[in-house]
Amino acid sequence: MPENHINGTGAADFASRPKAIQVIHIVKRFGNFTAVNGVSFEVAEGEVFGLLGPNGAGKSTLIRMMTTLLDISDGTAMLEGFDVRKDPDKARRSIGVIPQAMTSDGDLTVWENLSIYSKLYGISSSDREQSIDELLELVDLTKWRDAPARNLSGGMRRRLEIARGLVHRPRIFFLDEPTTGLDPVSRVAVWEMITNIKQKRNLTVLITTHYMDEADRLCDRIAIVDHGKLVALDSPRALKASIPGSSVIEAQFLNPPTDWQERLGKLAAVNSVQPEGAEMYRILTDDGSRTTTDLVETAVKSNIAIKSLTVQSTTLDDVFVHYTGRQLRDQLADAPLYQSPVAWGK
Amino acid sequence: MMFFRSERAMAIVERDLRKFFRSPALMLAAMVFPLVQLIVLGNAFGGKIRDARLGIVDHDNGPQAIRVIEALRAVESNARTFQPIVYNDEKLMVNDVRKGNLNAGLVIPPQFSRDVYSQARPRIGLVLDNTDNFMTSTFEGTMGDLVTALNQPEVQPRVVQQIALNVVELYPYIEYMKYLLPGSIALAMFVSVMIGGGIVYIDDKARGVHEGYLITPITKMELVFGLNLAGALKAMGAGIVLTVIGSLIAGVGSAFAPANLFWLLLLIASTSSAFITMMFLLMVRINDPLVPRAMFGILNTLLYFPSGAIYPIQAFPKWLQWIAWIDPFSYSVHGFKAVLLKGVGFAAIWPDLLYLGVFTVVMFTFSTLLFKRTL
Repeated sequence: MPENHINGTGAADFASRPKAIQVIHIVKRFGNFTAVNGVSFEVAEGEVFGLLGPNGAGKSTLIRMMTTLLDISDGTAMLEGFDVRKDPDKARRSIGVIPQAMTSDGDLTVWENLSIYSKLYGISSSDREQSIDELLELVDLTKWRDAPARNLSGGMRRRLEIARGLVHRPRIFFLDEPTTGLDPVSRVAVWEMITNIKQKRNLTVLITTHYMDEADRLCDRIAIVDHGKLVALDSPRALKASIPGSSVIEAQFLNPPTDWQERLGKLAAVNSVQPEGAEMYRILTDDGSRTTTDLVETAVKSNIAIKSLTVQSTTLDDVFVHYTGRQLRDQLADAPLYQSPVAWGK
Repeated sequence: MMFFRSERAMAIVERDLRKFFRSPALMLAAMVFPLVQLIVLGNAFGGKIRDARLGIVDHDNGPQAIRVIEALRAVESNARTFQPIVYNDEKLMVNDVRKGNLNAGLVIPPQFSRDVYSQARPRIGLVLDNTDNFMTSTFEGTMGDLVTALNQPEVQPRVVQQIALNVVELYPYIEYMKYLLPGSIALAMFVSVMIGGGIVYIDDKARGVHEGYLITPITKMELVFGLNLAGALKAMGAGIVLTVIGSLIAGVGSAFAPANLFWLLLLIASTSSAFITMMFLLMVRINDPLVPRAMFGILNTLLYFPSGAIYPIQAFPKWLQWIAWIDPFSYSVHGFKAVLLKGVGFAAIWPDLLYLGVFTVVMFTFSTLLFKRTL
């Protein structure tokens, strides 16, 4: 397993800025199972901070503790200077949260959904109308204000939820997997909206996702969580630079010899070779074109047919796989197998 | 920090009521079941037995036996409780009672007339299929009255030693459907809170709607109050509609007298509050949407049937009477009976209102204490 990479070169830009979020050695236990194990990080004001991790890594648990939805077993989080354990009410007022599930009411209209939440946040009736109209404009739903939410497409519904999270003008915005389940066009629209809103409202944004392209595009810094622990934290560029090899070659061969992995490891500029089954190899290299030329020559000389070959620069996917060790997580191994239908505990 | 902001609680009420009026399925479901029950049970159990089949075997054939048979024919012609069918073979008749071809059998023994004249304790036999209690008690009652009438001496003695009972009925005859109406109104409110306060509440929780509430600054008490008030208002709607429709179907005109309307409204409000807070307490720690559905039948049986809505509480065994004693249904049904069937007001229903009020406060307090402000 590679060493953790926390606050490398990419952190310098944010170190001097005031902190909007401080997570201090936060722990969450469910019985004997520790879902989040002593995670600490800081998010600067105006930063877009991404939490990455495989399913069941503890991202949602972490965000739920930070947004006062889950009791914290140990440690704490400070939002705009308010301790979520000691002063949850003030912490709630300073944040807007978009939960993972679509929780807007399908039976209510777009406007009613926003109106009810503005009442829950205690927005005065004189400000309410104007504030909602502004938000509808911001998320481009003005012409749908009287449509029942159930008639909206997935992307529009997500935009409604984004507007709902902003009715009280929060300083910090939490988005828990905001584009999960959306089509590619809607995903891009949501990304643009988040960027636009962040700039217009000077928000600090914390976003959880397992889409690497989303994290790469939106986030100033990224934290990778695995098994409830922070395993990497830096800017996307610094994280990519932190792993060996600037390029990844994936090649599939026909009946390679048993020492083929060893021979591939000796090619020019290669850092590591990982077999991926079905005679496929994943090669990390510092010089993609040189290694590719070398690889083809070696295969021709050895009379081994190449079935497929792809070369690409290092992506966050590679970073993710590098730090978490795998692409798919064995969720059942970590999650509690049975949950009582009744919440007996405190 | 303000402890209780009504605006936030009312936002929850507004959301629930808007949803409710946009999908009238809840209202319909809450009212159709009690209305069907009122109509079916009211008609099924309300009537008297007619045209039951009574076998007769006359081993005597004397003048006194003829008197008995004439009396039976008189019942057949007037009250039509049963049709006498003459048998020659007693065994065959008893067999027919066993097989269900007859509902009962009457045996006039040999020497019956002679025993009457000689005052030697004359007897006639009644063979009953006692697997059917209602039929049995009807036959016992009718035949008992018939024998009493036959026993009257033709010449009255100078000093009458038998004591007569004069029955004074305070209210006009109450058909069974009218008797059922109070329970049906309470049941409509119960079904409404079971669906609106139980099933919909847990479904909303499972869909993450509550998660949305919990990230706002709403307090525990505001949230519990808002959800309960919304549930109580929905149940009141069901109660009011059933009171009007049920009273028209059952013919309880007194329901529409202005004073009675006021007391009925008060009872509907108290009952709705008691039911919704009880339901909320039962559901406050439930997360699985299947649980309220599974509990529906159990709660209905456990609370509705012992309440005196369809059978008097005094007829229950002690343990069932204890359930009736704590069951808010009992007080609601008692109150509705007092207003709808007797036309009495506050003097009769204040204990019911008091119990329902105290019950509401206790349930609400425990619900608020047990409600989790986190997931």
